[in-house]
Amino acid sequence: MKTLNDVAIGGVCIVEGLGRKSLIRKRIIDMGVTIGTEIKVLKQAPLGDPIEVVLRGYHLTLRKNEAKEIYVRDKT
Amino acid sequence: MNVNIALVGNPNSGKTTLFNEMTGSNQHVGNWPGVTVEKKVGKVKMDGHQAVIVDLPGIYSLSTMSVDEVITREHVEKGDVDVIINIVDASHLERNLFLTLQLIEMRKPMIIALNMMDVLKSKGVEIDIEMLSQHLNIPIIPIVASKSKGIKECLKAAVDQVGRVPDLIDLYSEETNSMINYIRDSLKDHTECSFHHAIRFLEEGPEVAIGCDIDVLSVAKLNEWVEDRFLNAKIDRDMVVADEKYRYISSIIKGAIKKTKDESETVSDKIDTIMTHKILAIPIFLLIMYSVFFVAFGPIGGFIKGYFEDFIEWGIIGIANLLIWLDVSDIVFSLVVEGILGGVGAILSFLPEITILFLMLSLLENSGYMSRAAFIMDRMFRRFGLSGRSFIPMLMGFGCSVPALMATRTLENEKERRLTMFIIPFMSCGAKFPVYAIFAVAFFASNQAFIVFSIYVIGIVVAILSGIILKRFISKGKTTNFIMELPEYRLPTIKNLIIHTWDRVKGFVINAGTVILLAMIVIWILQSFNFQLHLVEDSAESIFGIIGRSIAFVFAPLGFGEWRAAMSLLVGFVAKEAVVGTLGVLYGVGEAAIESPEMLAQPLRTVFTPLSAYSFMIFTLLYLPCVAAFAAMKREMNSWKWTFLAVGYQTGIAWLLAFVVYQIGFWIMG
Repeated sequence: MKTLNDVAIGGVCIVEGLGRKSLIRKRIIDMGVTIGTEIKVLKQAPLGDPIEVVLRGYHLTLRKNEAKEIYVRDKT
Repeated sequence: MNVNIALVGNPNSGKTTLFNEMTGSNQHVGNWPGVTVEKKVGKVKMDGHQAVIVDLPGIYSLSTMSVDEVITREHVEKGDVDVIINIVDASHLERNLFLTLQLIEMRKPMIIALNMMDVLKSKGVEIDIEMLSQHLNIPIIPIVASKSKGIKECLKAAVDQVGRVPDLIDLYSEETNSMINYIRDSLKDHTECSFHHAIRFLEEGPEVAIGCDIDVLSVAKLNEWVEDRFLNAKIDRDMVVADEKYRYISSIIKGAIKKTKDESETVSDKIDTIMTHKILAIPIFLLIMYSVFFVAFGPIGGFIKGYFEDFIEWGIIGIANLLIWLDVSDIVFSLVVEGILGGVGAILSFLPEITILFLMLSLLENSGYMSRAAFIMDRMFRRFGLSGRSFIPMLMGFGCSVPALMATRTLENEKERRLTMFIIPFMSCGAKFPVYAIFAVAFFASNQAFIVFSIYVIGIVVAILSGIILKRFISKGKTTNFIMELPEYRLPTIKNLIIHTWDRVKGFVINAGTVILLAMIVIWILQSFNFQLHLVEDSAESIFGIIGRSIAFVFAPLGFGEWRAAMSLLVGFVAKEAVVGTLGVLYGVGEAAIESPEMLAQPLRTVFTPLSAYSFMIFTLLYLPCVAAFAAMKREMNSWKWTFLAVGYQTGIAWLLAFVVYQIGFWIMG
């Protein structure tokens, strides 16, 4: 299944669900990553990780291994 | 009437600005009841009422477990709160309202201070405040905290709201609602917060039921019941409530928000493209770090310091002349001039540098760059068992370890937090700077800046290596996590900067005027009298001298087995600035300090070589922190064992490194 980590920079996706391996699952949920949320991937940090995304009108950064636990589909 | 107000809101929502605007300088730091964690309290008088405002930590949610969130939750639930002012950042309404909905479920009187209305306007967004207020059933006061607009109205609305508990909003699906109510009934929870508790049980399970009037077996059964309901559901139990809350927020925002302009790239976005640029980001980061220290300790700080020293000298001479005019006895003159003025004056003369350093750090914190630095550094910090988030407290450590240790509270991972606290004291704090400055002047006159800089670098390198080594023991290979909001860049308000900087400088000045003053008097007495309480000619025969000579051997392998050096390090536990003061008193340069604090350099040259001076600087950099930092560490780690392990480790490393540097240096130089 496609994850947030697979989305190209500049791409927009819709959240389908969250994986179980996330260390900060509850935090991610409470910060607004719920099913149906639109997320735009903005950029990578200069050293390649973490990434910066935009959701619900604000900017958030998270690591790639956390992004792998966010299942998404492309926005159509 | 006394009205207790709690200020609650997201990080970066302007909460501290609002607090500063409301209370001005009339604020102080106190302790939380129960847990000894510092809180900010401010008082304000208004038409016959006395409002006591508590500034709670900025949080995103009430339902997770970081220390900040627990503090806020406990205060709202069990503390003395007559009314909550929930500050909401209008430009990030969607996420901010999530906390608002959680707060409503705590069933406490509440108003919303809708902040940053100016930012919103510039973005071409309009909010129908009345409509929003109706949906939430809570009064909303529009404010611009940074421009002091709407503050009085906000306070008045808050006081008017006392006693009016908000109704729960009917926002959940029928299924979820019945589930929450079933749990609430089963938990037999009759508190105001029963709805909130039921939701947390639904999300988190049995731990939440602790303290409820229900036996373990029933709790387990109830938990099983919840699990059964989610067996084949599309959504997980920890997501359902948040999901429905956000759905509700989206639905009310759709109606209440009007966009008149299309979203375009903001100034903040443009700044960020440069600041976090693939290639430029790291050079810019290093440049910013360098400028912070260059401005504070370089020519600018030095320039101001020159004038400031004149001012202090002038004060010391004035007092000395006054004493001569009063015709006081020699012993009193010696105590005041050599003991007190020499010690305290030497410390105060570093005030300009330290003030500038604190100011620069406040600037970084308030502008929004700190979180970018965390973003840039995270990848590197991971190797040391830390995350980019630990960068912020570590940088603050260059100012003072105490606020830095407290800033680790935002770290959710307890082990990462502990590791960060272990290495924060290696970030050389402002109070250690006078020690380096004195020794650099005395022994490395031609390349002072380089020598002092190298000490800071050694601190950073030791911190990094410690991270790599200690993570095996402390975090046992567990990976850390990193998630963080990147707020918009903001021009910090002057008022915020001044209050923020003053808050910290105040500590330094008060310390110099109380703890250090007292320490200087005690030291002067101990170095003037022997155990028979007779005045001694040679301070080596004094109480201090005798103790010093008996412990000096510990430092002999490091190159400074001299009793005065040993005692100054011991006094350094009281406060690091006191190391310089003690040396001043012990070498009897109190009077000479009237001319220039640099006079201390001369006697130091008779005892130290450049090599042993450098070894002394390294030891000062790394060994156990001052008593204030020690206490903060104990408080934040909440464990004597870990606190002693930490300071033991620090002192051990200090001895070892100073030993290696001195011995190798000695061997090389023959």
